Amino acid sequence: MGSSSSSRNKIPNAQELMDQTGFSSAHLLRLYDRFECLDRDNRGYLSPDDFEAVGGLAMNPIGGRIIDAFFSSGQDTVDFSSFVRILAHFRPTDRNRNKEGTQQELPNSRTRKLKFAFQLYDLDRDGKISREELLQVLRAMLGLQVTEEQLQSIAERAIQEADLDKDDAISFDEFKKSLEKVDIDTKMSIGFLK
Amino acid sequence: MAALWTLSLLLSASLLGCLAVTSPDGSPLPHNLPPSLGTNSSDGSLSVDLPMALRVFSMDYHHVQAPFEIVLWIMLASLAKLGFHWSGRVPAVVPESCVLIMVGLLVGGVIYGVRHSAPPTLSADAFFLFLLPPIVLDAGYFLPGRLFFENLGTILWYAVLGTLWNVLGIGLSLYGVCLLAQSSLGDVSLLHCLLFGSLIAAVDPVAVLSVFQEMQVNEQLHILVFGESLLNDAVTVVLYKLFESFLRLPSVSGLDVLLGGCRVVVVGIGGLCVGLFFGLLAALTSRFTSRAQVIAPLFVFLYSYLSYLTSEMLHLSGIMAIVTCAATMKQYVEANVSERSNTSIQYFLKMWSSVSETLIFIFLGVSTIQDIHMWSWPFVCSTLLLCLIWRATGVLLLTAFVNKLRRNAVTFRDQFIIAYGGLRGAICFSLVFLIDDFPKKRLFITTTIVVILFTVFVQGMTIKPLVELLYVKRKKRALPTLSEEIHSRLIDHLVAGIEDVVGYWGQHYWKDKFEQFNKKYLRRFLIRNDRQASSSILRVYQELERREQRGVEEEAPPIVDPRSQGRPLLPEEMESIRRILSRNLQNFNNKQTPAYSRHTLHQDTSVDRTRKPLYRHQSLGERYSYNTITHFQGEDGGLSEPQRVRTGLSRSHTVCSISPRSTLLDSSVSAGLAQTRSTDPREDLVSPRHQETVERAARKHLSFVLENEKQQ
Repeated sequence: MGSSSSSRNKIPNAQELMDQTGFSSAHLLRLYDRFECLDRDNRGYLSPDDFEAVGGLAMNPIGGRIIDAFFSSGQDTVDFSSFVRILAHFRPTDRNRNKEGTQQELPNSRTRKLKFAFQLYDLDRDGKISREELLQVLRAMLGLQVTEEQLQSIAERAIQEADLDKDDAISFDEFKKSLEKVDIDTKMSIGFLK
Repeated sequence: MAALWTLSLLLSASLLGCLAVTSPDGSPLPHNLPPSLGTNSSDGSLSVDLPMALRVFSMDYHHVQAPFEIVLWIMLASLAKLGFHWSGRVPAVVPESCVLIMVGLLVGGVIYGVRHSAPPTLSADAFFLFLLPPIVLDAGYFLPGRLFFENLGTILWYAVLGTLWNVLGIGLSLYGVCLLAQSSLGDVSLLHCLLFGSLIAAVDPVAVLSVFQEMQVNEQLHILVFGESLLNDAVTVVLYKLFESFLRLPSVSGLDVLLGGCRVVVVGIGGLCVGLFFGLLAALTSRFTSRAQVIAPLFVFLYSYLSYLTSEMLHLSGIMAIVTCAATMKQYVEANVSERSNTSIQYFLKMWSSVSETLIFIFLGVSTIQDIHMWSWPFVCSTLLLCLIWRATGVLLLTAFVNKLRRNAVTFRDQFIIAYGGLRGAICFSLVFLIDDFPKKRLFITTTIVVILFTVFVQGMTIKPLVELLYVKRKKRALPTLSEEIHSRLIDHLVAGIEDVVGYWGQHYWKDKFEQFNKKYLRRFLIRNDRQASSSILRVYQELERREQRGVEEEAPPIVDPRSQGRPLLPEEMESIRRILSRNLQNFNNKQTPAYSRHTLHQDTSVDRTRKPLYRHQSLGERYSYNTITHFQGEDGGLSEPQRVRTGLSRSHTVCSISPRSTLLDSSVSAGLAQTRSTDPREDLVSPRHQETVERAARKHLSFVLENEKQQ
């Protein structure tokens, strides 16, 4: 494609983004095309209704929360670099990188991935998943097929399992610990973004 | 358990008894012969000694012989299968196919001993026309579509190139062996070797399925091996027929080889087209079955079988046709026919394929006992070795190439399982019988049987311990903790959502195009009108519900019963919670498709899931809006649909979040109510008498739901 160099110039701070997120320039281009595709009115930023136009998200039980995750606190627009930074969480982890401190800074490290998932629960950003927050997510995922009592029992049990310091809420460390056997790196990776 | 074994032995004894009773040249005497007093007539019919013109008791076996024997065989097969499942530890060690072959061997041996002649063999016609289609149809209907198409490139790569590699490799090396052992094998020509190679190289879907079924491997591996075994039929059929026709030609030129290559393509794509045609036809027909729902399942079977027969008639690949037909018609048929018809279709498919498979294996065992065997140590042993070697090298080489293009690399352990799991089965067996007669044909037959028995027994039995040894990534057997389960599901939903946002390019470009085409044209044409309309309303409903939920989450005060905090959960409750979770957590992108299983119907087929709870939602909304209509006189029935639905929604939500016991029962009753009403959503809402009967049904349904839970 002869236009690749010119379109790379369209992306602001391309090099910086690539360094911070670990995306290659090809992927950055693809994401930019997708960004432009989502941005139907060509405003240069995305708003919640652009996300809602994406077909699958309407059917997703936590679709609303996912959309909210793109918009950092208070704002209602997403520009391209924030878009890319969020999506960088889903890059597969590079196994052959040296495991130094630099690994932690990349958005697709295991801790950062878990933090992203944690924030889907923790809407009030107090660093803990309270019982009510867990119940809300459970209700969203289980729909109306389960009675309220069963929901309470499930949430109860989940908190009992994970809550080590007995404060009736799940902190981020407890969350991480409860998922230590799960292969988050593969689970939370999208191959397209390799 | 022992009872069932004795039962099956009894049955086989009775079968033998019947066979022994019939004389070799039995000709049925007409009924109206005058009875001869006190003598046993030579046709085997007994008569009571009565000086009358009437027979009080007589037996005429010839009249029912053919169907009687068929039924006895099927009965034997099914009892053996039952016995297998009841026999304690055996299923863990020995795959079902092995046990069935052993039973077949036993029965064959007994028959041979009694009659001193070869027992009935599996005729190639019976196999290809009657026994194979149900199995392949079942496999095609339950094919996990998304997984299959994601891995389609790899599957085709293995199926086409892998089979070619195996055929040529085995054929040529066998020819080398024959050249080396000139004395005994000198008259086996190159073409014969290639012909033999073509039929022995193909991996058999029946055998593979039955063995992989016992193992729990991850779905990707399963679909790779299974898909390969299905698709290599095209290559096998063509190569077999090619070499056979070459054998008849006086000489073979390069042009013939080229034409042969074209034939592969034609056969494969031809089978595909035939299957597509019949699949679409079946979908269209199912659109009109609403008034005669009972025969709807019949169309599925008829059209699939027709597609198979048509492509066999045209010398195209029948397996590909029937698989394509089933995969094509599935989504439209499921949308068009009633729930019960769907269940019937699925159950009949499972039943027939089960019977077929069992019969095939038993006959394989029986047919082994023959007196036309010809043994040759070098040939047989080298065939066995070469099959293994060529398959292993083929898989290794091909995977090395294909891994560069794939997202999830096929690991070394997976490759081992693919290579080792390449079982041969009854297709080879039937094909070898179809060869034109030539001096060494019996050798080929013997070798084929040996290879099949070896792969099924040795490889089939050892593959499971080897898998465990190599820690192939299996589906997690250990129960995950509740937190793990919940969080994993959340992450699944999250990844699905992000994938939607990102929007795949490349391989999913065509998928999206197809989905658009599907939605715009195919679905409108092939699915009944009322079903279409409801799905779009449901979509709006869901959209609203989602928005509502975002609002409700922030407003509605969650009620927590303080007393329930300290109560530890009993293990039974824990179990039922786990079951609820695994059953109810919805996964809209169908990622967690259940692996293919021969013995059970999975309750949670994807369409079912998305439809049932949504119907419940909608009717739930309707019911509550009915309440609002009658209670608040101001409201008229002329509310627009989304609005009506929304009022229903907010009511149902507030009901659920306030959890006193009475409304709990109410909501489950209404769920039951909705369930019984989902079959007829256009019912008149304003009829109190109806509501009473429905509530009674709902209460019954409620107890059924609870019992269902307990049973599961």
